[in-house]
Amino acid sequence: MSDTDTKEPIIGAGVPRIDGPDKLAGRANYAADNLPPNMAYGYGVFSTIAKGKVTRIKVDEAKRMPGVIDIFHHGHFPSLYRTPSSFVQGNKVEETRLPFEDERVYYEGQFVALVVADSFENARAAARHVEVEYAPESAVANLAQGLEDNGTQAGGGHARGDAASAFDSADTTIDVTYHTPVETHNPMEMHASVAYWDAQGNLTIYDASQGVVVERNALSKIFAIAPERITVHAPYIGSGFGSKLWTWPHAIATAAVSRELGRPVQLVVPRQQMFTTTGHRPETRQRMRLATDGNGKLVSLRHEAINTTSFTDQYVETCGSVTKSLYSCPDLTVSHATTQVNRGTPTSMRAPGAAPGLFALESAIDEMALAAGVDPVQFRLDNYAERDESQDLDFSSNHIVEATKQAAERFGWHERNPQIGSMREGREIVGYGMAACNWEALKRPCDARVSLRADGTAFASCATQDIGTGTYTIVAQAVSDVTGIPVDRITVKLGDSSYPDGPISGGSWATATTLPAIAGAARNALDELKRYATGSNGIFAEASADDLSVADGALRYDGKQASFAEVLDAARYGSADGEAHTEAADSKYSYRSFGAHFVEVRWDPGISHLRVSRVVSAIDVGKVINETTARNQVEGAVVMGVGMGLFEATEYDERNGRPVNNDYAEYVVPVHADQPEIDVILLDYPDLAFNEYGARGIGEIGITGLAAAIGNAVHHATGKRIRELPITLDKLMDDVPQAQSA
Amino acid sequence: MRHFDYARAESPQQAVAAHGSDRDAAFLAGGTTLLDLVKLDVMQPQKVIDINGVDLDTIERLDDGRLRIGAMVTNTALARDERVVEDYAVLSQALLAGASTQLRNKATTGGNIMQRVRCPYFRDGVSACNKREPGSGCAAIEGVNRTVHAVLGTSDNCIATHPSDMCVAMAAIGATVEVQGPEGTREIDFGDFHLLPGDTPAREHALEPGELITHVVLDAPIDGGRSAYLKLRDRQSYQFALASSAVIVRMDGNTITDARVAMGGVGTKPWRAPEVEAALKGKTASEALFTDAAKLAFENATAYSQNGYKIPLGQQAIVRNLTDLTAA
Repeated sequence: MSDTDTKEPIIGAGVPRIDGPDKLAGRANYAADNLPPNMAYGYGVFSTIAKGKVTRIKVDEAKRMPGVIDIFHHGHFPSLYRTPSSFVQGNKVEETRLPFEDERVYYEGQFVALVVADSFENARAAARHVEVEYAPESAVANLAQGLEDNGTQAGGGHARGDAASAFDSADTTIDVTYHTPVETHNPMEMHASVAYWDAQGNLTIYDASQGVVVERNALSKIFAIAPERITVHAPYIGSGFGSKLWTWPHAIATAAVSRELGRPVQLVVPRQQMFTTTGHRPETRQRMRLATDGNGKLVSLRHEAINTTSFTDQYVETCGSVTKSLYSCPDLTVSHATTQVNRGTPTSMRAPGAAPGLFALESAIDEMALAAGVDPVQFRLDNYAERDESQDLDFSSNHIVEATKQAAERFGWHERNPQIGSMREGREIVGYGMAACNWEALKRPCDARVSLRADGTAFASCATQDIGTGTYTIVAQAVSDVTGIPVDRITVKLGDSSYPDGPISGGSWATATTLPAIAGAARNALDELKRYATGSNGIFAEASADDLSVADGALRYDGKQASFAEVLDAARYGSADGEAHTEAADSKYSYRSFGAHFVEVRWDPGISHLRVSRVVSAIDVGKVINETTARNQVEGAVVMGVGMGLFEATEYDERNGRPVNNDYAEYVVPVHADQPEIDVILLDYPDLAFNEYGARGIGEIGITGLAAAIGNAVHHATGKRIRELPITLDKLMDDVPQAQSA
Repeated sequence: MRHFDYARAESPQQAVAAHGSDRDAAFLAGGTTLLDLVKLDVMQPQKVIDINGVDLDTIERLDDGRLRIGAMVTNTALARDERVVEDYAVLSQALLAGASTQLRNKATTGGNIMQRVRCPYFRDGVSACNKREPGSGCAAIEGVNRTVHAVLGTSDNCIATHPSDMCVAMAAIGATVEVQGPEGTREIDFGDFHLLPGDTPAREHALEPGELITHVVLDAPIDGGRSAYLKLRDRQSYQFALASSAVIVRMDGNTITDARVAMGGVGTKPWRAPEVEAALKGKTASEALFTDAAKLAFENATAYSQNGYKIPLGQQAIVRNLTDLTAA
């Protein structure tokens, strides 16, 4: 922090996004906006069966079509290497099978061929003339069939005490099962890659990526070349929600065919295949068994979750990750397992594990509270854990009680008549529901560089990304905070793997990870600058570095002041540079973020119309770095939670594994008219045990618990407990006619 | 690239001449259906006749009180036309309930009538679909059919709903479609324009190859009538109707002296419900009457694996619309 600071602190201020003008003016280049000279265009051919073998690919006709350069498939594709896909080594991919590795088909919508032509249109036209013959095999369509046919693979868990015995001897118990469907991320920006190789065999790739460093490392393994010879660019991402965390087959294939053809190649994944080959949130089934004693205290909690995964990779949706520690309970079991189905490999989607997991947990807690005859808010206040019982650690900072009470007050929970269907306004029945929200606070290792430049500006760089959340802006705020240089004179560069290694933009850890490294680099740059100032040519040659103070982009000594530019000019240096490395979080505490959602729904039974009309969310994420972008993250997550609660489900045709509602018209997410009145309370208690800013990250917590709060409100309004998302109107209607057997 | 011939027409006669009887030719108006389906490779016209230069974008009141709408009048212009807002509220509301502002600005009156079904099995280019590939079967009947599939007017060959909101209002109002053919002009009653799928789901309308819609003429408004469109769907905007109703009533005190009822989202064509209208006429408005009348519309309904809820939902769309209209 600059020494004499009477202005409003820059940390916490609602600084507008510094990348906003470039985005508005169309100057922000996304992956597919890059058009290097002589670029060719790829277009995929995708499997139309869910399981089996490609027996023949006829390309002759397609190859003769105008502009076609080459057509790749498993019989005509360069030999690549698999990456060990290690999170620790930083070379993870989600789908470890390489594109066109063999003739096997594991899911509908898998790449089976790739046409490269001189234009997008020619590539697409030819792709439609590639004839693929298959030997189909009987596929596994969904979770239920996977369990029946193949059973499960273990996916870890947690146990303490003896949950079964405690359950059996408890006063009040519930045993309920929840189900969540496949959801698809659907970022606006298509997955896209543009790759080219120079004469020395160095690869440059522009990719819609939430992790340029990990992509570089994974490609280094796949192409067996040194990571220094690969540069991954992702300066702007049209959102990802997790689907762009890891490198998918299309990016690998683009780089491979670019090398084969000796020219740049662009490949954009069509919207339809963004439902098949770039990940999704898997289907889950979650059995919840809870028990309370006569005082409404939880005495037993079991959360058994199964999710679908692919036949090529195991992806575990850790639905019980929050269940371990949110409530105090001596006898508790969490288990995760997977079952293989013929769909593409799932991946993280905003709040992986916690989003479906808290739908089950926070719905079950509501059911448990009702069974125990306790108000749902009071039940939670009575049962929230005071320390992390799963790790036997104190929380670094936990204000969930205050969050719950503040949100309840702001929402008007005390006006709730607990009687089901009792609150009416005109034709609508009003329902109130609430749920806790929770997300782990993570911090990864990070490097960063800051330069104070002779023209009075500053430059900061880090190979992390801004995925639309405001990372550019908060990095500038941190540099400004340390140096006093105003934000508009700070250039921030992210999304380039040649910058100092930064984290993937996921897990809500970008803020907590990046800012301490940036601040450290800025301080090191200042130290360098002070050495210049006090050196033999220095402007304050008579002083020692320790005597100098920093304010508003200037050094001060003994009543005199010299701007950074003047200091550098006197010393004849172009810049004063600093780098810093910061480590992952320690394990002295359990670091988590907390909060509570309160939701009002309105159900009009006369037209079977359900809407979410009002949401109050109180969020405890430590220090808020940027009030505007932080609030925006929670508001956006609430809207996404409304989609999860009411609309979203990827519907597969069980006969061939094809996602049927695979576009923006049929995959229903909320539109503006669906957005409720949203009131976000940011508690803003710095968690200084976690990092110097006390910030824990805010991207994901807002979606956790929201669907449960909706479901609980729906139950209050209608008396119906919908345990299978999404809560569509047909599930709330009475006496729905069933199909005559066809 | 898939090549096609492109021609711009400046009159309906010119457009029709350019089209000829070529089944692989298509007229291009707003393009919101055609270009979409061409990109998806579901339609492959060899010849595209652009009719945006044809002078058919005016709305005129005829001497007999009817309203004649040019085929190229955009959905936005039609919805905002004062005569439509005043005399045909149901039509204005239906138009504004459809699609999005951007689409309505491009979409035309003639194009809206001609829009293709939203059945995903039709649009995916590979599934069995008797509309796209006659004789291949209907993947929707045993497949995913919750949202854009019908319970009325279905056959073993096709169960896709007609997606239009505008047409539902027109079905209630009553209208005549004027078409230009190679031999001159002719008129088609709006109720006869869209065809049930039956055994020939690829035949969707009464136009002969090469015929072009030039106008839609709305019946004169019912003197003293009131009307409204009610659309029910999952989200509040930008979704095709799960069920909708277009209702026009005339009241004498509390007695319904005239009624027109049509439905969207539930039928394979814009679905007029004369049996509901007959049950309402001459009766005293009451919720019980509306409930009983609405049931009649669905007496022959067929529930498929995921869309049985449309049978009660369609009735709700009628009852609520009637309740609100008659309460005013």
